[in-house]
Amino acid sequence: MSTGAVGRAYPRLEGREKVTGTARYAVEYPVDGITYGWAVPSAVVRGRITRVDTSEALASPGVLAVLHHGNAPRLAPGPEPELWLLQEPTVHYRGQYVAVVVATSLEAAREGARLVRIDYDAASHSTVLTDDHPGLYQPDHVNPSYPTDTAEGDFDAGYAAAPVRVDVTYRTPAYHNNPMEPHATTAQWHDGRLLVHDSNQGASSVRATLAELFEVSPESVRVVAEHVGGGFGSKGYAKAAVVLTALAARHVDRPVKLALTRQQIFGPIGYRTPTIQRVRLASDADGRLTAICHDAISQTSTIREFAEQTAVYTRSMYAAPHRRTTHRLVRLDVPTPFWMRAPGECPGAYALESAMDELAIAVGIDPVELRIRNDTEVDPDQGRPFTSRNLVTCLREGAQRFGWADRDPTPRARRDGRWLVGTGVAGSSYPARARPSSARATARPDGSFLVQINATDIGTGARTAIWQVAADALGVPPERVEIHIGDSILPTAPVAGGSMGTASWSWAVIRAAQALREKLRDGGPPTGEVTAEADTADEVGGQPALPRYAYGAHFVEVRVDADTGEVRLNRMLGVFAAGRVVNPTTARSQLIGGMTMGLSMALHEEGLLDERYGDWVNHDLATYHITGCADVESIEAYWLDERDDELNPAGVKGIGEIGIVGAAAAVANAVHHATGVRIRELPIRLDKLIGVSDLA
Amino acid sequence: MKAFRYHRPADVAEAVAVLAAEPRAAYLGGGTNLVDLMKLGVQRPDVLVDVTRLPLDTVEGLPDGGLRIGATVRNSDLAAHPVVRRDYPVLARALLAAASGQLRNMATTGGNLLQRTRCVYFQDTGKACNKREPGSGCAALHGQNRDLAVLDWSEQCVATHPSDLAVALAALDTVVEVHEADGPRDIPIADFYRSPGTHPERETTLARGALITAVRLAPLPAARRSTYLKVRDRASFAFAVGSVAAVLDLDGDVVRDVRLAYGAVAHRPWRAYRAEQELRGRPFSPELAARAADAELAEARPLRHNGFKLPLTRAITVRALTELASS
Repeated sequence: MSTGAVGRAYPRLEGREKVTGTARYAVEYPVDGITYGWAVPSAVVRGRITRVDTSEALASPGVLAVLHHGNAPRLAPGPEPELWLLQEPTVHYRGQYVAVVVATSLEAAREGARLVRIDYDAASHSTVLTDDHPGLYQPDHVNPSYPTDTAEGDFDAGYAAAPVRVDVTYRTPAYHNNPMEPHATTAQWHDGRLLVHDSNQGASSVRATLAELFEVSPESVRVVAEHVGGGFGSKGYAKAAVVLTALAARHVDRPVKLALTRQQIFGPIGYRTPTIQRVRLASDADGRLTAICHDAISQTSTIREFAEQTAVYTRSMYAAPHRRTTHRLVRLDVPTPFWMRAPGECPGAYALESAMDELAIAVGIDPVELRIRNDTEVDPDQGRPFTSRNLVTCLREGAQRFGWADRDPTPRARRDGRWLVGTGVAGSSYPARARPSSARATARPDGSFLVQINATDIGTGARTAIWQVAADALGVPPERVEIHIGDSILPTAPVAGGSMGTASWSWAVIRAAQALREKLRDGGPPTGEVTAEADTADEVGGQPALPRYAYGAHFVEVRVDADTGEVRLNRMLGVFAAGRVVNPTTARSQLIGGMTMGLSMALHEEGLLDERYGDWVNHDLATYHITGCADVESIEAYWLDERDDELNPAGVKGIGEIGIVGAAAAVANAVHHATGVRIRELPIRLDKLIGVSDLA
Repeated sequence: MKAFRYHRPADVAEAVAVLAAEPRAAYLGGGTNLVDLMKLGVQRPDVLVDVTRLPLDTVEGLPDGGLRIGATVRNSDLAAHPVVRRDYPVLARALLAAASGQLRNMATTGGNLLQRTRCVYFQDTGKACNKREPGSGCAALHGQNRDLAVLDWSEQCVATHPSDLAVALAALDTVVEVHEADGPRDIPIADFYRSPGTHPERETTLARGALITAVRLAPLPAARRSTYLKVRDRASFAFAVGSVAAVLDLDGDVVRDVRLAYGAVAHRPWRAYRAEQELRGRPFSPELAARAADAELAEARPLRHNGFKLPLTRAITVRALTELASS
C-alpha cells in the first residue's frame, strides 16, 4: 500500500459517461434487428390458466409472437421456482408474468400485451400477514443459514424476575425496491450461444442460472452488466426479466429487449417482507439487560421459502444472561419476498433499537448510556470476542458531534413555534463478510496495468474503489491502472450484495496483484504482456469463523407539526466503524444513502395491499412515497479510523447496508421524544400523529 | 400502447373542428398527465391535438383590474409572474406547491384544470373503476381510500381532484373561457366541475370537444392577502392530503370578506361556502375559523382510511386564516 490511492476521494471513473448520458445500461445497446418484449402479468391471485387467446394480439400491427406456457421454449426445473416462467398454467400470485409479447416496437409490444386474452380458473387466496394466521410455521432455518430459534439461559424466568420490563410489538409493511433502472435485459442467441446485457448485481451468478435453466454450458452464456442503475438487493440473482427476455429471443430467433415497468416491479421482483415483531426486554434498576426476547413473524410465498432473518440482529447486539429469538413464517399467495438493503438487520434493528429506547425511558436513563452499559466485547451468540467492536466509540463520537449531552429526556418538552421538537438515537450493526472471488492482473510493456474481475458497480462506486485497491496492490499510481468489470467473460466474482463486494473483490485483486509482482520481480515493464490470476476460494473458506461486524450510531432531530402531524427532520447524523474506508466520496454516498432509505422507511414507504386483488395498489412512485431531499435539512455521515486485521487484506467491512440499519428506529425514537406518542407501526405518517397536541 | 395520430392545429377554430370531427380525440397540453395515462392504457385517444403552440400563452391585465391567463401559460411562468405574485399570491403559492420544477415547466394552465384523479384504482386497468370504465364498479369505496374523498362522494366514485391550481382558482371566482364548436363561452369555475353522482366519468361541464382558451380572474383587491397551505405525505413532490386556498379581508378585526376552498376532500375543488358564511361579519378569531371549518365539514362522510382529513382540513383552515389575519 505504498502509493496510497486507498483512502483518497477520487471521483467515479465512469462519472463523466453517466452524467453525459453515454454510459450504456442494459437496454441501451444498439443491436441490429432488435425487437421488443412486454411482460403480461396475471390478473388473478391464485388459480390456473384455462385458455390463452393470442389471435387479437397477433393480428395487432408489429406483433411477432406471444409466448405463454403453451408454446414457450422449455426450461430445466432449476433451483429457483420464481424463474420457471411460462412453463405451467398455474398462477401463484397476482402479477406473476404469464406471457410475453414480442413486437417490432416497444409501443406495439405494449399494445399487443393488452390484447392477449387469458381465461383463468381462479381459486380463493390469502395475502395478508397476521400474527394469528393459521398457516404460521417454523422454518428449518432463516436466511441464509442461521438457526430459526435460539435460546440461552431461561428467558421466561429471567424476564419474570426483573424489576424493569418492556413488552412491545412493532409492525413494518412491505417495502419495495425501486432502483432507478428497472429490471431490464437485451438478449440475443447466436448459434446456441446466449449473450445478454442485463441489469443485475452479479453477472457470474446470472450466467450460471441461465446456463442451468436453458441447459447450455456456462461457457456459451455471456452476461454483461457494465453499468447498473441500482438494485438494493432486488437484482442479486437472475430475475424474471432476464429469463423472459432470453426465452423470447430464443422463440422469435431475434434479439429482444425487455424492461419491466415501474408498476411491474412492485412485487414480482421481490420486496421486503412485512414483519410483526414482539420484543421483550428486562433489566435491573440500572438498565443492565437481564433478558432479551425477539419473536419475528414474516411472510413467504407458496412456491419458495424465503425466511427473512429478522431477529438475528438481536442475537449479537447486546448482552444478557437470558436470551431467546424466534422466527415464524406464513406461506401466502404473494410473490416471494427477497433481499432489500440489509435484509433481516434492517427491520430487526428497527424493533430492537426502538425497544431499547422504550427501556431507557422505563429505567429512567439516557438511551445512549443504556446502550453503552449493555455493550459487550464477546459476541453473545457465538461466545467469541468480536474482531473489533466500536459501537461505544460511535455512540460517544456521535453524541459529541450531535450535541446530545444536555438532552432533556422529557417527551413533548420542546416547542419551536408550531413544531414539537425531539431527538432520538439508535445503534447499528451489520456483519462484515467476504466471499470467494477470482481476479486477473496484467502488466503491459508500456508500464500500464490491466485488472479484470467480474465485479458489479450498481452505482456504488465499486469500480473506482477496486481500481484504487488495485493501484496500491500493484504499487503504482492509479492512473497507470485500467480496470474492467461487469462482464461474465472476466474472472468470476460474487455479487454486489451483503456489504461484501469490496471485501471479496479487493481480496482477489490484491492476491492477483501480488502474484503479478512476484512474476515481475526484476522491476521494469515486461517486453510482452505478463498476467497473473488469483482465486481466493481456499483462503476465504479457510478463514476462522469469528464474529466480524461493522457498527454505527444514528442521531436524529425531528420536528412534528403539533396540529397536522407532519414530521420533518432537522438533522440526521451517523457515525460508523466500518474498517478501512477506500474512497471517502463514494463511502459518504453509501452511508447517507442508507440513512435516507431508513428515514424513508420510518416516515414514508408502505406497500398498500388490497386483499381483494391480492396486490399492492400504490405501485408507482407518485403513490409509493420515497423520501425527498426536502424531508431532511441536514444529513451527515462520519466514520472512525478503524483497523481490524482479522477481516480481509483490504481491511474493509462493507458500507452498503450499515447506514440503513437502525436509522428508522432513531427517527421513531425522536418522534416519541418530540410528541410523547410512540408509533409502533411504520410508516409514521401524519394521520397517526394528527392533533398530537391533544394526544398523549 | 395504442397508436395515435398527432395533429398541430393552426388556430383555435381548427383545434375545435378536429375534436368535433373525431370521436376519440384529445387535446395535448404539457402532457404531464395524459401521456402517462396513455401509456397505462387508461386513456386511449385516436388523435392528439397539440394546442401548446396556439397563441394562448400570455398573461394580460384586464380593464376592470382582473387578469386573463392564457390556457397554455406554463405553471412555472404563471407562478413567477409579478402581477400574480403581487395580486394573487394564493395562486403563485398553489402552483409552487404542486409537482416538481420539471413538471411545472411543462404543465399548462388549461391542462392543469383537467388533470385526472390520482386514485390508484383509476390508474390501473386491472381494477374496477366507474370513472375509467362506467359500470365496472368502484374498487376504492371499500379499498385503500386514505387519499380519497370525504365530501360529496357517491357510491359510484370516491375520487378526489388532484390539482392545487384549481383549488386556488375556485377561491378566486374564476371564469373559465372555453371555445366550443359554436363559439366562445364563459363558465364560472363554480359551474365548471361536477360532483361524481352516477356519472363519475363526466368531470366537467365542458361540452365535448370544447377547448379551454383562458382563465379570467375577477379583480379582487383582498386577494393580496391570500395564501395556499398544502399538507402532503412528504415535504415535496406529492399530491395534497389536505389543502386550503384562502383570501381574507378584514375590517378592523371583523371579517368583511373571505374566500375559502379545499383540496383533496372531494371530486372537485371544494369551495367552502358554509365556512365563508360562518366567518363573514364576525370578529375573526382562531376559534371562529375552527367553527367555520366544522360547519363546512358537518356533512362529511369519511371513508375507512381517511377520517384524518377532517381534523387536518380544520387545522389548516385555522392556520391559513390566522396567518392572514395577523399579516
